[in-house]
Amino acid sequence: MSIWSEARLVAGKDLRIEARSKVTLTQVLPFGAIVLLLFAFALDPDRGILTKAAPGLFWVAVLLATLLAVARAFSIEEQHGARDALRLSGLDGGAVFLGKMGAIAVELLGLELVLGIGVVVFYDIRIERVGVLLLAALAATAGLAATGTLYGVLAAGLRVRETLVPLLLLPVLAPVMLGATRSFEAALGGTTSDAWPWIELLGLFAVIYVTMGVLAFGPLLEEV
Amino acid sequence: MTTRWTRTPTTAPAGLFPRPVSRALGWITLASLAVLVMFGLGATPPDAIQGDAVRLLYLHVPSAWLAYLAFGVTSLASALYLWPRTRNIAYDRIAGASAELGVVFTGLTLVMGSLWGRPIWGVWWAWDARLVTTAVLFFLYLGYLALRRVPGSEEGNAKRNAIAAIIAFVDVPIVHFSVTWWRTLHQQGTVFNPDLNAKIHGSMAFTLWWGVLAFTLLYVWLLDLRYRLAVLDDGLAGAELDLAIAERIAADSPAREPVAATVDAASAARVEGSAR
Amino acid sequence: MSVVCLRSVVCLLGRFPALTGLDLTVDEGEILLLSGPNGAGKTTLLRVLAGLLPIHSGTAEVLGYDLTQDRRGARRSLALVGHDTGCYDDLTVIENLRFAARASGRSADAVAPVLERLGLTRLGGVTHARLSAGQRRRLSLAAALVRDPSLLLLDEPHAGLDADGRETLDAVLAAAPGEGRTVVLVSHELERARALAHREVVITGGRVQSAAVPDASEPAAAASADVTDATGSAATPAPRVTLSADVSESPDVTVPR
Repeated sequence: MSIWSEARLVAGKDLRIEARSKVTLTQVLPFGAIVLLLFAFALDPDRGILTKAAPGLFWVAVLLATLLAVARAFSIEEQHGARDALRLSGLDGGAVFLGKMGAIAVELLGLELVLGIGVVVFYDIRIERVGVLLLAALAATAGLAATGTLYGVLAAGLRVRETLVPLLLLPVLAPVMLGATRSFEAALGGTTSDAWPWIELLGLFAVIYVTMGVLAFGPLLEEV
Repeated sequence: MTTRWTRTPTTAPAGLFPRPVSRALGWITLASLAVLVMFGLGATPPDAIQGDAVRLLYLHVPSAWLAYLAFGVTSLASALYLWPRTRNIAYDRIAGASAELGVVFTGLTLVMGSLWGRPIWGVWWAWDARLVTTAVLFFLYLGYLALRRVPGSEEGNAKRNAIAAIIAFVDVPIVHFSVTWWRTLHQQGTVFNPDLNAKIHGSMAFTLWWGVLAFTLLYVWLLDLRYRLAVLDDGLAGAELDLAIAERIAADSPAREPVAATVDAASAARVEGSAR
Repeated sequence: MSVVCLRSVVCLLGRFPALTGLDLTVDEGEILLLSGPNGAGKTTLLRVLAGLLPIHSGTAEVLGYDLTQDRRGARRSLALVGHDTGCYDDLTVIENLRFAARASGRSADAVAPVLERLGLTRLGGVTHARLSAGQRRRLSLAAALVRDPSLLLLDEPHAGLDADGRETLDAVLAAAPGEGRTVVLVSHELERARALAHREVVITGGRVQSAAVPDASEPAAAASADVTDATGSAATPAPRVTLSADVSESPDVTVPR
């Protein structure tokens, strides 16, 4: 099997599990939504701060939800020795990385769509440039899913996984947070040229971490 | 601080340098730090604008330099560990020792920068590109050190640590560029006023350079000490392991006599229990 | 030709020496029984053979791959039935088996015959989470068989199975050499396992205590008496195999040597 069909097999497996267990839908998504609600409590909704800060608040909510999505993606491999079975299967490490990353990315895109609608409705947002918005969201999501999958397997099987992954992941994602927020600001009000450098940065980030994930996932999966 | 404990050659752990070199390095480091204190507190004049607060820079700038040097060494050592031809557990120890020093000096840099910023800028913290990058760096390697503390097999941990160090290192330039863009695209200039820097000359410049030199010596010396400690730690683990193997074999040897089968099972269970 | 060849293998679990200098050779087509007290290192040994655990020192070769150099090479050709199923709770029996088959490069067509052979056909659409312990044991074995392994590693496969399940399992094991499989079996059901095995190796304290072929000079007289029994009964599986033929419906069942 080629690396792509192996990756599709793994992604299909993860998405099928999500379709049946609905953990992302019934737990991670409501979590993201309540974070958006909490921002309204923290920042006075009457003074327009929410509207002004909406892009940043949106991405903070997505970032926190990413932590949960990554935790979920690797907890399914911890049950009933599935991780050993995955190692014994002989699947290529890079393919497993791409598959798991793909599944996380699909889940995150769905989540971003719903949270995005929530932001538009509750924070009173008008989107000026849909294309810029979509492009930035795609590039940022690829970066989030790649780093999340990489750090997920790095900490997989460790007893301190739940607490370690956020500490490792959040500083690395600082550029994604910046890039995604700035390009969303541009999509809401600024000019397209404001967004381009940031979208390029997001794309570069995604390419670098996907490459590292494909290379490092196999060796990391082996470590016990 | 003394290196007296290394006097007995049979028990002294292997270091990065021979012991006499390390000990000499220790004395030279302490002497050069003493010189730095003399120049920093005595021989240099207070700054025309900053006053005595400028003296903090003689520590702040060298420790910022050390932070970057230390993380650079961590990345290099990690890469050398991952490269099959140069794979050696020594590189894992160097990477860990260097990252610990790096985190300590990054923390010192941030604290001293903050102490300096309060009288000069009027605030404890400014959202300056260099400050933000340094703060992200601090957390990046704090996470790396947390990962290093997780127990596991020596080889497995070393490989995981090395990969984590490379992943973190790759992020540093991206963080730097994104933060710099962020703070310069929308806002005017940074708080680092070129006029301030231009005034640094004469004895002040010498002290600054001397500080960089003294801190570099301090880094090399501490790295060697921390490395020796890591070797000792691993040696202890190895000795415990030999003992455990001997105990396990000894505990099971009665089983060669058939009557002792139950005793054997009990002792095996005990060995298993004591390992948890 | 030997499928497994271990020399002075030391394996560490954290800092605990689980294997303390173990030697083992397994020949092609052999059914080897590993016995010994709890905590002796039998499960660790199986995991080493599967390439899941690194060895600390010694040499190890499995299916022609040197485990000190390449722990992944042999994996596509072996299967491990452990205490866990290695399956996903939210997938059905069929989905889990299809994933196992396709992940190891086999066709998903391999699933249906295996389901039937292990009496799981009726449970095909049930998710793993709803299976009983005994049904999960059967699924573990099925997940191993869909990969058509040359080396089958089994860790207490009898545990938790009902009488019918045990018969099925024994039939699968007895048929294994004829299907070109070598079997290494850990079991505490010694009577059952000895009836199937060609050879027994006793593990204590992380090393081999006594070899299967009894040696008169060996001081462990009582232990070798047990072993003689095991070797003696190696010829008895013949009726068992004929009995199993209708269960397994495998055409190429032959009497193991």
